[in-house]
Amino acid sequence: MTKEHDEANNALVCSGNSSRCAQIRLVASDPEVYEPCDDSFALVDALLAERANLVEFKPNLCMEIGCGSGYVITSLAIMLASQGRTGVHYMATDLNEVAAQVTCKTLEAHGVHAEIVCTDIASGLDRRLVGMVDVMVVNPPYVPTPEEEVGCHGIAASWAGGEHGRRVIDRILLVVQHLLSIRGWFYLVTLTANNPLEICLMMREKGYESRIIVQRSTEEESLHVLKFWRSKDSPPQRESNTANASSDSSYFTLPRWAFWRGR
Amino acid sequence: MRLLTHNMLSSNIKGVTNGFPLQLEVEKMVVKEVAFNGDFLKNIFPKIEWKALLDAAVAMGCGDLPENAEATMLDNEEFLRKFHHALLQLHLEEGALICPETGRRFPVSKGIPNMLLHEDEV
Repeated sequence: MTKEHDEANNALVCSGNSSRCAQIRLVASDPEVYEPCDDSFALVDALLAERANLVEFKPNLCMEIGCGSGYVITSLAIMLASQGRTGVHYMATDLNEVAAQVTCKTLEAHGVHAEIVCTDIASGLDRRLVGMVDVMVVNPPYVPTPEEEVGCHGIAASWAGGEHGRRVIDRILLVVQHLLSIRGWFYLVTLTANNPLEICLMMREKGYESRIIVQRSTEEESLHVLKFWRSKDSPPQRESNTANASSDSSYFTLPRWAFWRGR
Repeated sequence: MRLLTHNMLSSNIKGVTNGFPLQLEVEKMVVKEVAFNGDFLKNIFPKIEWKALLDAAVAMGCGDLPENAEATMLDNEEFLRKFHHALLQLHLEEGALICPETGRRFPVSKGIPNMLLHEDEV
């Protein structure tokens, strides 16, 4: 066991496999902030499934857009630290000022640190942070809602996604492409209603491959956690319209039936 | 807020072309110890606007950084320690970030900068 591992465990004051991610009893809460729920757990499970890859990947900068309670970014920081990956810088943003404060408390309760900025997606960071983010994690507001509910203040902003739940997701996709480093990885939670296949095809046009890391159905919703990364032979963006002629089947690893939802 | 974050933030007000660096208004700063990691510093160095870091460090009461810095200095342990301290250990806890073009104040409270814009600024 490494020294870092010991320290991480001491900081957590817990034992066993619960030290792999944030503990619910230490996650701060507020009526105005989205609490960790099935979608948060699916995203953390995806990161845990990717743990060995992430450790080997050696990210310098990890970022979460829409950190809410802080459960996900805290879990990522704990997971990498417990594997001896120190010297990683963590950042997180949220539109909700209360969420930004709650995330700080959750991080502190677990003895880890992330820099929090209260902002819309990554506004204010989008000029200087270009191409710097190695790991981006996003559990976006994906619930289909009337357009007027999108981006309002308070807790509704954490789920209200407008038409097909895509209103905020589509804005986030543009920002993420901008901020991701050349080797960067991007994890995104989506709902079947968001049309994840279309999201993957849109990202493919920009030169990103994709894969489903976690697929989960509950009575209420069917969730996918998608991973995106830049294709090694990614075409320059202005030529991307001709990319559909690619004969390399591994270039796009998502089968079309992957998002079919049977009942 | 670490000065690394300050170095990555610009004024996001619509129409502002010269929004970097934001000036620091320091009400309360704290020093928080952070584990030293030379590799991280070497990786991040090319992305740092040195003058902005230097001025921010001075505003926080730390005058240890050299006027200019270049990659060759990263082999110098003493330089790395100073860089580490300014970039990661100085935290702005309470205060504000000021847009250099418009003078708009972005408040920093409990260490969290608030970059949310009013409707007429988006």
